[in-house]
Amino acid sequence: MALQSLDIIRRSATTIPAPAARGAHSGEVAKLIDVTKCIGCKACQVACMEWNDLRDEVGTCSGSYDNPADLSDQTWTLMRFSEHENAKGDLEWLIRKDGCMHCADPGCLKACPAPGAIVQYANGIVDFHEENCIGCGYCITGCPFNVPRISKKDKKAYKCTLCSDRVGVGLEPACVKTCPTGAIVFGSKDDMKQHAAERIEDLKSRGFDNAGLYDPQGVGGTHVMYVLHHADQAGLYAGLPQDPHISAMVGLWKGIAKPLALFAIIATALGGFLHYIGIGPNEVSEEDEAAARRELEKTS
Amino acid sequence: MSAVKRDEILRYPAATRINHWIVAISFVLLALSGLAMFYPALFWLSDLFGGGALNRAIHPWIGLVMALALFLLAVKVGRENAMQERDWAWIRKSGEVVANREENVPEAGRYNGGQKLIFWFMATCVALLLLSGLVIWRAYFTAYFPIGVTRMASLVHAFFAFVLICAAIIHVYAGIWVKGSVRAMTRGTVSHGWAWKHHRAWFREMTRGAPRE
Repeated sequence: MALQSLDIIRRSATTIPAPAARGAHSGEVAKLIDVTKCIGCKACQVACMEWNDLRDEVGTCSGSYDNPADLSDQTWTLMRFSEHENAKGDLEWLIRKDGCMHCADPGCLKACPAPGAIVQYANGIVDFHEENCIGCGYCITGCPFNVPRISKKDKKAYKCTLCSDRVGVGLEPACVKTCPTGAIVFGSKDDMKQHAAERIEDLKSRGFDNAGLYDPQGVGGTHVMYVLHHADQAGLYAGLPQDPHISAMVGLWKGIAKPLALFAIIATALGGFLHYIGIGPNEVSEEDEAAARRELEKTS
Repeated sequence: MSAVKRDEILRYPAATRINHWIVAISFVLLALSGLAMFYPALFWLSDLFGGGALNRAIHPWIGLVMALALFLLAVKVGRENAMQERDWAWIRKSGEVVANREENVPEAGRYNGGQKLIFWFMATCVALLLLSGLVIWRAYFTAYFPIGVTRMASLVHAFFAFVLICAAIIHVYAGIWVKGSVRAMTRGTVSHGWAWKHHRAWFREMTRGAPRE
């Protein structure tokens, strides 16, 4: 759910051009999650619940510290705990705050058939407008990160808004505000990249040679980025895709299939029309009726 | 069928006609609600079904109705639609049929080769639409499939929906073009001349002394 104070640059299932006069002259925003600084306290999960008035069910232990076990309509962000044994035989506890990545090229928005149910603001935030959502779940089909969830309560899709309602009035997202270690920071995308570069330099000096920024270009970059100790093995972090992109299936389905199908239908209908005009109807003549009568007389 | 007049032949009994129109009406509803979810410019079609969410919710149920009705129809007429040698001969001459020059076209039975092929073609489309449709039925089934299967099913569903829509356009046009056909499905009967012209082997079978069966 979103305020309308931000400029919408993309709107799902909408053929008219998006308003383009205003821009985000202060730059796109980004949330930077420094996985190497995260202690897994889940304060961000609580802050998200508080600000967005969400209450998930108290689940059961699934054998890890993940709680709840998965994202849901009530859990828009979730600490995912992975145990990794590195080459030296040491245990590394990798804790990734999962949630919407706010892609520059959002698969959910591309797949959505409901006009205005998903929007992208000039500042880069991808937001769901649930009042326009029809509950088809195409956003889940389109998402390369498996983030949106359909609510069992109202059959509508929900996910992290990057606190668009807070950002719209100059505040930082709730999870950023509450993070006790400074693992989550928020600002312009350029500033966040610069901050990440400093962190990565520091990590490299401590022996994490493959430390790096996760800002996947396959989806045009994201407005939620990670600093990873093992940027070359994103999959270690609870299956974070190394090189995410919108699936080719979704690309075909929402791309070339549309004009091709329209062309085929129009061509078929037009073919029939021209055939009728050119060749004329296939009518039963008096001769046919007479021939049928002769045949009947012959047999009876 | 007491309504059959002296110079007419019963082509479709009432049960078959009703079955056909259940398929036809549900097809139209499915095409309209499906197009609404495929083309943003046609999203307004969902208003015919009470808005986007209702459109999304009702589409798969209508799909089940169509699949079931088509299955029943296939049970009824499937055997009569088995391709035979003369049907392939008919297909080879179908260019002349389309050109309205039917002198050299082999005699057709109850169904001609074109009708048979389009019947099986449509039945195959509906079967694939049913399977892919179940996969993308988010409320009940999608959670049981991996995301790759769901993505492929979305594409397959759209593809065969359009193939089926094109086939239906051809089917409907054939009915309009070949005069005297529509009433076979609305009233059940065709004239002797119609049967003689379009389904001569069937005409002979139907009129040769004792009635069939």
